Amino acid sequence: MIASLNVLQPYKCYMAVFLLLLFSFASLFVGVIELTPASLWSDPEAAWLLAASRLPRVLSVLLTGTSLAIAGLVMQVLVQNRFVEPATAGSGQSAVLGIILVTLFIPGASLMTKMGLASVTALLGTGLFLLIVRRLPVQETYLVPLVGIVYGGVVGAVATWLAWQADLIQLIDIWLTGEFSGMIRGRYDFLWIAGALAVFSYFLADQFTIASLGEDQARNLGLNYNVMMAIGLVLVSIVTAVTVVTVGVIPFIGLIVPNIVSRWRGDNLRHSLPLVAYSGAMLTLLCDVVGRVVIFPYEVPVGSVFGVVGAFITLWLLYSSPSAKRA
Amino acid sequence: MIRAVDLTLTISGHTILNKVSVDVPKNKVTALIGPNGAGKSTLLHTIARLTKQDSGQVLLDNRSITDFENKELARHMSILRQDSAIGSRLKVRDLVSFGRYPHNQGRHSASDDLVVDKVLVDFELDALAERFLDTLSGGQRQRALLAMNFAQDAEAILLDEPLNNLDLSHARQLMHTVKHYVGRGKTFVVVLHDLNYAARYADHIIAMKQGEVFAAGDTSSIFNEGLLSDLYETPIEIVKVNGLPMALSY
Amino acid sequence: MIYLNFLKRFRVLTLTVFVITLCLVYLWQGADGSTQFILMFRLPTLIGLIIAAAAIGVSTLLFQTLSGNRILTPSLMGFDSLYVLLQTSMIFFFSTLDYVTLSVHWKFFGELALMTVLSVLLFSTLLVRLQSDFSRMILTGIIFGVLFRSVSGFMTRVMSPNEYAVVQASSYARFSNINEALLGYASVIVIVCLVLVYLISRKLDVMALGRDMAIGLGVNYNMTAFQVLTIIAVMVATATALVGPVVFLGLLITSLVYRVSATQRHASLLPLSVLLGVLVLVGGQVLLERVLQMQVTLSIVIELCGGLVFLYLILRQKR
Repeated sequence: MIASLNVLQPYKCYMAVFLLLLFSFASLFVGVIELTPASLWSDPEAAWLLAASRLPRVLSVLLTGTSLAIAGLVMQVLVQNRFVEPATAGSGQSAVLGIILVTLFIPGASLMTKMGLASVTALLGTGLFLLIVRRLPVQETYLVPLVGIVYGGVVGAVATWLAWQADLIQLIDIWLTGEFSGMIRGRYDFLWIAGALAVFSYFLADQFTIASLGEDQARNLGLNYNVMMAIGLVLVSIVTAVTVVTVGVIPFIGLIVPNIVSRWRGDNLRHSLPLVAYSGAMLTLLCDVVGRVVIFPYEVPVGSVFGVVGAFITLWLLYSSPSAKRA
Repeated sequence: MIRAVDLTLTISGHTILNKVSVDVPKNKVTALIGPNGAGKSTLLHTIARLTKQDSGQVLLDNRSITDFENKELARHMSILRQDSAIGSRLKVRDLVSFGRYPHNQGRHSASDDLVVDKVLVDFELDALAERFLDTLSGGQRQRALLAMNFAQDAEAILLDEPLNNLDLSHARQLMHTVKHYVGRGKTFVVVLHDLNYAARYADHIIAMKQGEVFAAGDTSSIFNEGLLSDLYETPIEIVKVNGLPMALSY
Repeated sequence: MIYLNFLKRFRVLTLTVFVITLCLVYLWQGADGSTQFILMFRLPTLIGLIIAAAAIGVSTLLFQTLSGNRILTPSLMGFDSLYVLLQTSMIFFFSTLDYVTLSVHWKFFGELALMTVLSVLLFSTLLVRLQSDFSRMILTGIIFGVLFRSVSGFMTRVMSPNEYAVVQASSYARFSNINEALLGYASVIVIVCLVLVYLISRKLDVMALGRDMAIGLGVNYNMTAFQVLTIIAVMVATATALVGPVVFLGLLITSLVYRVSATQRHASLLPLSVLLGVLVLVGGQVLLERVLQMQVTLSIVIELCGGLVFLYLILRQKR
């Protein structure tokens, strides 16, 4: 990944990686329990805190940011629409539906079973959304996010209905808001799958770019378009499902990061994908730190921070281009 | 080279192609002419396997195109569609390089770069190579798409109204480039609306009307006042200018 | 066949008779105690449902006329999240005690005024300035929706559990226990709005042709759009104060209206919106509570059906 940042001059590339490491390191020492680099040597408690809580948190932030940004990019390529993103694809609600179903039918299920089954329902939910979206005309940019919200609402209504019966209503809000505070050792392992898929997508960068030229053009170039669509769909769905189930829904990452990179570097995924991955990680890291600092010692969930920051960036993206179709 | 046999296609009750059989001679420019809605684009799409016919088959060098593997077909035949809107923000060179994908699966070698460079020069795009497509004019973008198609280096090149958006000088130049590539062994099928381009540059003409082949033959045999007037259902007069037939309609 | 033709020709009349019957069923069905007691108990709820249905149905219809699009509703454009944000921030800034002790009437009018001003500001920018750029308009509405929700989320994080409970209660739709204290004001406001809208129904027919066409036909477009938006805002705010936010009810009503109506004239569309609104809300309540005896709230079912209708409309019209 680092090597492929080579579209930039090498020193800029090193700078970028250095900055990311620096921020990650700094974020290790933000928290309610005081932890300083010095105390690591003297205090065994401090080392334990680092390994059990702070490090998992930073890792999950980086993995989530990277993989969600890439999932957004792949999704936009597949449906040829700049305004789709995993957060408005009904995935969150589908995962919640899964969790409620598990709670209803397998009351004693372990956390892993719950997460696994919720990933399956999120996968199905996202897949269905992508199939619906493929039937919409490419030109009508606005329809896709609108359909996403309504679709999420429908799945959410089914979930609420079931939750009502089982008295689980308060669960819904918690699962739907992305938050990293619960990321301790053993809770975030699923995220490695998302990270692995993000790396995997780089090997298909050219194929995805060709798919973004449209079905006919892709087939003219001998690409098996349907296979590409299927791979992309599975990739996006798994990443979304895994992050929703472990972290919750974080709006806007999958939307703003690919859009900004596209303006700056274009859409040749071979060049833009590493930048998308990097910027996704960086932005999520910053928002997470902001959420932890702004009302210290309490914490604002990263989903809410992104909702505010992301909304303004998206508005800026929307209005600084001549027309929404080209944004 | 390309032979279509009894191609039939019906879409929601409308017959788009009705038992169309055509022969495209190798190493020649074949022009596809006819009024709007005659089925020219559909025929081209069916030949390139972008649209599936209801019955009939397409043979490329006596081999059915359904027997070709995707990338193999892409190395033998390329098509430029009429409305290739590209939403991705790509640079001209990136787009043209993707024409090499059927040959290298994205792993570029020095010889691929040579082909790309040459095509960029052929289409006067070398100065625009590092520009993003969405900053280009319609004609420049059309040339970039053409260049990608030519970079694909297929033996058979199908062009659906390639002169769209091109100014007089670039239109003429494109047809000269086409001729030049014929000299290097390529075969072209070009949908043309301007009969005089067909007269000047095509070796062979297929005239279509209402989903059927109306007439086919070498250019001089098709350039016949009665035949063309019937084809377009409008009076057409043919005059000779410097020995070349010109179709006039007013 | 003759019977069906009769129904078609007098659809408004037939529908009115049906809706009145439905309301009577709602009032008396399953009542075995004293009639007076039941009337006292059920009548206010019924009136509340009718007022809310009329306000939501008509305001959605007006919004669709203004935006020239039949799938948009005020709530899809972020209206409901604005309401929830307003509720949350009131509690956030005034603390629970002040909020609860505040007179119900003052609270209602305060909210109404604030909501009207804010939404007119928001939507006049969106609808009037961006009429030419539809995608951008809708996307902006959606983004505002997420923004408002996130800010509310932000605030609820810092709240005490008590305050949070108040927020929760006011941000879900409720059809069975309607705020009776507000019924009088709400009825008057909605009826005035309905009369005003009916008076300009011819002008609305022209507005439905779109901005350029309307201006060409001599309508003062910006002025009329502003008036209509204000009416929409007042009606939505009233309905929301009465029954809480409902996202898809309006869409459900208008898609029925267009299907049933013989003409596109607002003189016919407007009364139909009221009638079908009542049909959906009261009929749904009767069906769920009395016939099926289900424990689930009507709002969830309406959200579900409305959402499915939306998806169906989009997939059918855009093939």
